[in-house]
Amino acid sequence: MKSAVVVFPGINRERDMARALKFVSGKEPAMVWHADSELPKGTDLVVLPGGFSYGDYLRCGAIAARAPIMEAVRTHAAKGGLVLAVCNGFQIACEAGLLPGVLMRNARLKFICKEVFLRIERSDTPFTRQYNAGAVIRVPVAHGEGNYVADADTIARIEDEGRVLFRYTAPDGKLDPAFNFNGATNAIAGILSEKRNVLGLMPHPENHVDPAVGPTDGRRLFESLVSTLEAA
Amino acid sequence: MIPNEPKITPALIADHGLTPDEYERFRGLIGRDPSFTELGIVSAMWNEHCSYKSSKVHLRELPTKAPWVIQGPGENAGVIDIGDGLACVFKMESHNHPSFIEPYQGATTGVGGILRDVFTMGARPVACLNALRFGDPKHPRARALVSGVVAGIGGYGNSFGVPTVGGSVGFHPRYNGNILVNAMAVGIAEKDKIFYAKATGVGRPVVYLGSKTGRDGIHGATMASAEFGDTSEEKRPTVQVGDPFSEKLLLEACLEIMRKGCVIAIQDMGAAGLTCSAVEMGAKGNLGVTLDLDRVPTREAAMTAYEMMLSESQERMLMVLKPEKEKEAEAIFQKWGLDFAVVGKTTDSSRFIVRFGGDVMADLPIKELGDEAPEYNRPFTEPKKLPILDAKSIASPVSIKRALEGLIASPDLCSKRWVWEQYDHLILNNTVQRPGGDAAVVRINEGPKALAMTTDVTPRYCEADPFEGGKQAVAEAWRNLTAVGARPLAVTDNLNFGNPERPEIMGQLVHCVRGISEACKALDFPVVSGNVSLYNETNGRAILPTPTIGGVGILDDLAKMATLAFKAEGETILLVGETKGWLGQSAFLATVLGREEGAPPPVDLAVEKRNGDFVRKLIAASSVTAVHDLSDGGLLVAIAEMALASRIGARLDSPSAGIPPHAFWFGEDQARYVLTAKTAEVPKITAEAAGDGIPVRVLGTTGGSQLTLPGEDPILVSSLHALFEGWLPTYMAGGAAE
Repeated sequence: MKSAVVVFPGINRERDMARALKFVSGKEPAMVWHADSELPKGTDLVVLPGGFSYGDYLRCGAIAARAPIMEAVRTHAAKGGLVLAVCNGFQIACEAGLLPGVLMRNARLKFICKEVFLRIERSDTPFTRQYNAGAVIRVPVAHGEGNYVADADTIARIEDEGRVLFRYTAPDGKLDPAFNFNGATNAIAGILSEKRNVLGLMPHPENHVDPAVGPTDGRRLFESLVSTLEAA
Repeated sequence: MIPNEPKITPALIADHGLTPDEYERFRGLIGRDPSFTELGIVSAMWNEHCSYKSSKVHLRELPTKAPWVIQGPGENAGVIDIGDGLACVFKMESHNHPSFIEPYQGATTGVGGILRDVFTMGARPVACLNALRFGDPKHPRARALVSGVVAGIGGYGNSFGVPTVGGSVGFHPRYNGNILVNAMAVGIAEKDKIFYAKATGVGRPVVYLGSKTGRDGIHGATMASAEFGDTSEEKRPTVQVGDPFSEKLLLEACLEIMRKGCVIAIQDMGAAGLTCSAVEMGAKGNLGVTLDLDRVPTREAAMTAYEMMLSESQERMLMVLKPEKEKEAEAIFQKWGLDFAVVGKTTDSSRFIVRFGGDVMADLPIKELGDEAPEYNRPFTEPKKLPILDAKSIASPVSIKRALEGLIASPDLCSKRWVWEQYDHLILNNTVQRPGGDAAVVRINEGPKALAMTTDVTPRYCEADPFEGGKQAVAEAWRNLTAVGARPLAVTDNLNFGNPERPEIMGQLVHCVRGISEACKALDFPVVSGNVSLYNETNGRAILPTPTIGGVGILDDLAKMATLAFKAEGETILLVGETKGWLGQSAFLATVLGREEGAPPPVDLAVEKRNGDFVRKLIAASSVTAVHDLSDGGLLVAIAEMALASRIGARLDSPSAGIPPHAFWFGEDQARYVLTAKTAEVPKITAEAAGDGIPVRVLGTTGGSQLTLPGEDPILVSSLHALFEGWLPTYMAGGAAE
């Protein structure tokens, strides 16, 4: 696995992401500056990490989506390369047209940091092959704008195509508005691109990999990527 | 010639917060009338906030040294040795006045300022904490203030990318006109790569870095050095505006140029901005500084020298760089999109000279500006001793169960989840003990060592007896660190009081400091940094004396960390320490009976140390499964909190004979902890305790889904949970303030 973590000004979970990638894969990812125009040769996983790119003073992710490096990321994705876009990274991916829809303010208009329950909708993806479909995992969220919204046709389409990969649910995996804390449409927490090679999700699996710190439910997402890429 | 417009009049001097005597002192120092810019400069240097003129003489009493102290008070932040070539850099600072006027921006810039203090010294911030005090929940502005301050703290820390891991939130009508926002930041640096403000070398470039200078925050520090009247709303323009995005860039850029060895001296522009930072760098290095304001990056047109010298625009730094590294440093700042400008140079003249538009706007003796600042030994009165209340004379109007329910759902003791869920407390992936425990614990790099941290103070104790209250604030911080298994190392103090020109307020300050000093000495817990916030007073009504203590300790192995949640059913619950049933100034007396009376519980520091050392030893030996310190609400509230954190109930035995049950369960005797242990471990623990002369008694057993007390209806943990978690969200949603 040869991963590259893109660093935009104001991104702040890039170290957590790099640490998780190293922890699980044993390999140090390359840190790629937003103003660069090329990814390191041989990159097989691009990560858009969390944070507040450009302070999120404009629409979240809108400025970062137009950074020089994003052209290379689009090319990588167009060729079927894997892209993991977490939190602000998800917002950037939506703004860059890599994923449909948009992330709006949380339903209660507040930033929320807590552990949530996610149901894994399918295990036949490069991101979830080490999980069982239908399994419920516990991972943290930390965002103010994670309320996933798209027009009705888009929602219908991504649902029909099985592109919703994670949903906010109760601990038993049932949909429950009380657990859809940010008000996302259909409790969507993470979606795949049409070719299923780009994943955008609001929660932070990278913060739940190390048993010395806490739960490790996020770890299998990285193990899935490692097994996908090492097998390739 | 120094242009001298507008004319200096007694009214203008008074507007700058200088007394006629202080003005004459300044005139004497420079041997002539000052210019308008110079008047501004001296008002910035000599106000209470920057000069500590009322408190300095007393702060000297505080113990500041220990073998592990690398840097005590006087720099941007304190520095302690935490082993493995690493140092912990930390400080707490208030942003009370601005947060009352403009809660979001006030709180935001409070966090930004304290983070800057920490990374100015070369440390990467690893955690933030805070201590917040608001007025009566029924006060019409209370909700807006809570909401704004919490959003502001989160807004800055979350975006900057530092976890906000702990703190405290309290309410009292005495904060109706002056809320408290005390923010603490903790960072980690390499021990031999700490950066200081002291400039060295003549003719070196003085470099301005960071955001541009605007008109915000002019006279902020002066505003924070006066009490409020009815027109404090008009002071809104003195509040700065925070930009966490710029600060994050500034952090990365500063750490990068430090790593590359470019920096000789560095000082952040905090209170009184360019003035304080330039004077401090020069004065500490026995050098003069000449500033050329034409080169200062500004974001507004036609700013005057006076405005530039007094602006408190945020996210700015002043540095002296190695001349040969200037280009490299400039390239790094440009990469991060930040302003970089050489705005002056160091000189051998001992003068602070400010040039602008071809004129000299100020020419002042640099050392005297700081060293000759007025210092007052203000008159103070001895606080009145309050009588010790006899627990037997206080009847409980309600059952133990009802009292517990009332306490657990009270504004001060209820869950603060609504607050800390708005703070990113997990970023950096090192938060091993999250908010809600006795102390937050943050792993150091890859471990196994970890830092423990807490903020504590019980203002109603300090009001009733400033000396004992000061001791108690330190003891409680020490106890909270101990309760997670950490070895307490050092503290930062944030002393919040009213108007020091009133002898009774000065009496509170003096005696609180004495109490802090005595406790810090006895517990080997030196003060390494701090901040004083006076004039927290509106229309002559002062806040409760609130000397917040931020404590830091170290755990050698985070795997041995203790937490307060019960771990399993059928374990023995033990109480360490002596229970006399002290109800004076207790949360029980205040909440259940609506009385704030009597002397607060005394703190026996020798007992405190003995009991704490014993508990820490048990934690290190893995003899105990859960640990919680006793504080507000006493024994039963502590047990309830342990049950709430685990959803495991407990069966409790009869209280001691000779103490009324409500005094036994809710008394606030100090130096106590509740522990749980596997039943097989208990004989060993009690024998060890007996050997050390420490009172330990069995309180009962964990298990079930309720708290069972002799003679009381059982208390369901789930209903207690609803009360505990319910008050704050209900209140913030507009529900009842009761």
